[in-house]
Amino acid sequence: MTSAFFRIYHRYREQILRRTGPRGRVLLIAGMVLCLIASVLPWAVNGVGYTNPLGGNLQSAGIGGPRLYVLLLTLVAGLGLTSLDGRRRSTIAASLGNLVISVYILRGLVHEGGGTGAIGVGVWVALVGSLVLFLGADTLPVTPKNILPSLPAFADIALILVVIGVGLAALVVGLGIEDDKQFVAFALFVVALVFALNWLGVATAFTDAFERYRYIGYAIAAAAAFAFPFTQNGNAQWMAVFARVGVFAAAAIGLNVVVGLAGLLDLGYIAFFGIGGYVSALLSNAVFTTVHVHLPFLLVIPLGAAVAAFFGVLVGAPTLRLRGDYLAIVTLGFGEIFRIVAINWTGLTKGPNGIAGIPDLQLPGGFDFGKPHTLFGQLLPFQSNYYFLDIFLIAAVMVFFARINDSRIGRAWVAIREDELAARAMGINTVALKLLAFGIGATLAGTAGTINVHIGEAIEPNAYQFIFSALLLSAVVLGGMGTVAGPILGAALLYAIPEKLRFVQDYRLFLFGLALILLMRFRPEGLIVSRRRQREFHEGGSGADAMSQPGQVAPV
Amino acid sequence: MTAQPVEGGLPVLQARGVSKRFGGLLAVNNVDFTVNHAEIIGLIGPNGAGKTTFFNCLTGMVVPTSGRITYHDTEIFGAASGWRKALSGRDVQAHSPDQITKIGLARTFQNIRLFPNMTVLENVLVGRHCRTREGVLSAVGRGPRFHRTEREVRERAAELLQFVSLRRAQDELARNLPYGDQRRLEIARALATDPGLLLLDEPTAGMNPSETRATMDLVKKIRDLGLAVIVIEHDMKFIFNLCDRVAVLVQGAKLIEGTPAEVQADPRVVEAYLGTAAGEEDAS
Repeated sequence: MTSAFFRIYHRYREQILRRTGPRGRVLLIAGMVLCLIASVLPWAVNGVGYTNPLGGNLQSAGIGGPRLYVLLLTLVAGLGLTSLDGRRRSTIAASLGNLVISVYILRGLVHEGGGTGAIGVGVWVALVGSLVLFLGADTLPVTPKNILPSLPAFADIALILVVIGVGLAALVVGLGIEDDKQFVAFALFVVALVFALNWLGVATAFTDAFERYRYIGYAIAAAAAFAFPFTQNGNAQWMAVFARVGVFAAAAIGLNVVVGLAGLLDLGYIAFFGIGGYVSALLSNAVFTTVHVHLPFLLVIPLGAAVAAFFGVLVGAPTLRLRGDYLAIVTLGFGEIFRIVAINWTGLTKGPNGIAGIPDLQLPGGFDFGKPHTLFGQLLPFQSNYYFLDIFLIAAVMVFFARINDSRIGRAWVAIREDELAARAMGINTVALKLLAFGIGATLAGTAGTINVHIGEAIEPNAYQFIFSALLLSAVVLGGMGTVAGPILGAALLYAIPEKLRFVQDYRLFLFGLALILLMRFRPEGLIVSRRRQREFHEGGSGADAMSQPGQVAPV
Repeated sequence: MTAQPVEGGLPVLQARGVSKRFGGLLAVNNVDFTVNHAEIIGLIGPNGAGKTTFFNCLTGMVVPTSGRITYHDTEIFGAASGWRKALSGRDVQAHSPDQITKIGLARTFQNIRLFPNMTVLENVLVGRHCRTREGVLSAVGRGPRFHRTEREVRERAAELLQFVSLRRAQDELARNLPYGDQRRLEIARALATDPGLLLLDEPTAGMNPSETRATMDLVKKIRDLGLAVIVIEHDMKFIFNLCDRVAVLVQGAKLIEGTPAEVQADPRVVEAYLGTAAGEEDAS
């Protein structure tokens, strides 16, 4: 059935190619014109009870909601008319985006707008237009992904600014969309746009620019992160989510030291996060604490980190002599042991009820994390305090990660990943170095864990189930092993999307599994790519190719 | 140069009665072996004679069953005694391969074992690992000492790449080097650990005659630096032109050891390689 379809399609495609020449300009222009017309036509029939779930008034002519997305994607698809490399895939991505968005609207109108009668003429035009556009794009020659020429300094910095700025804007707009359906349409648009721009080489140019002006790039990224709370108009909902995301991102970077740098599989990582959390909960004079001491937070952080590190070494020392698979099993077991001990040691942990009423952080200067504060004339909800603390934590962890990666220790970890026996023969104490990575991971998890319980104001054993270890691992793998930014992106996607799309929560694990399978098939090195991982996953490429391949970031 | 430094230079490595048993197979059988300062020793023998296993015994990759190995004054393998024996419950005490490298023995592998996805320079930098001490705090703090050490390590690596004429390829990935260059890179990486004794396991396997000649010159240059070298090799021309002494292993035991001329003239060696008609010429 499918093969028959493709046979027919290829025969048809050859005919088109013969008639319109290899460029398929006619089809492209026709598709573009149709899509542009569609983006101003009404998409729903007047009088039908389908009330505009996608922004903009679909019943009247004009640009709004999904029509805006179609308009923008069509303009990007117009680059197929140029001679840019990578235009084929870019145009295909844009046209498929148009197609999917129109089908999505069509489906919505049929299901909730009262059947086929509700479909406006614009939807049909958009459908036909994006199909024609796709066929036109498919006739474009296969060219390599574009590698933009190196830009002058100001253009590089401008590019960093624009990409980060647009990213922040997209995040703010996306979070501001209340309706699930509107959000899905928006997300489809963003995904199509990212693919289209990526194939035009924008992502490569961005990462190159970032590498050249690393400190300026990080400064801009930090500024964007600091600006985020100010875009929320004092609304606490997303600040609460992102305060959590920040903590998980910091923990994920720690896991990335273990998994991405040293190449060890740790399936019980959440236990170290939990150990830090319990230390913090017990020593902060919570309402339901069993240990009545109240240490200042600046003392609790290193204590929590130290206890987690101690357990990390305790678990790692005997098991790191074994090969990878055994370590995975032992850490898996340790994660469960931690949770079960926390459930049953009621004298210390209050068992399954956990410890509630953990007070908010207080800094020595009298700064109370539990109170909203006014900054730059805007009253920020108290969750922003934790969010800002996260930013400092992540920045510190990032510096730590980058510097240790770029040292003799980082090189030794790579050597161990590459060939453990040869590494030993070169005088590398593999056991000690693996233990070091394991201990660093545990320490960072413990640090993040101490902050985490103050955000949630309570701790209970079931927040540290195996599945959360798996989620953190997914965040690292999805974002990009061995990179600094990867785990942050991964953690943000994995923790924020289910918060945004409540219906995703039921299928959360299913969808993550699906996403990971697709990722492993199409981009095994993760969304953000370290140059070294790129080589490891694509053994075939020659050195020069591997070095100059697009879309890579050095594991800065 | 004399081909007889047996009693001459200081002994660098001394192995006494080294044996390794794998179940019923005695892979290395009571081998005595001495390497002197700045001496090139060839280790030859038919396939399966135990040459590589003997190398592995010296470098700690396998723990010998019995015997004693010392490098200068350091015992790298020997009989356990006292509390060590009580603690480990074993009769022998051995060092791990990384400790032995640190003590001063470095090796290459029969089947090249570079770090394929690291650059040529990085491979050599890894070799410097055991001669530097910069820890986590130094790496994160990036004080002046970190930068100084890093600069020194890179300078030394560049020197070594120059030494094996791979300087220009330093940013290539190791896996993309031609075969002969990979062999030389492995030697440079081993030299980066500042060894006193270099063990080369079939350094010319798969090389063409001109590459083999270049390797021979390289090994001589290494010897002239004051290093002792042990070479396993099947290329007899290479061995007999290069080595000061040659030892022949047959079925795990040392058959004969002597100058290239002595070994070449010994009919037992020919017999070991080619076999003899039954009963003919058991001893010469």
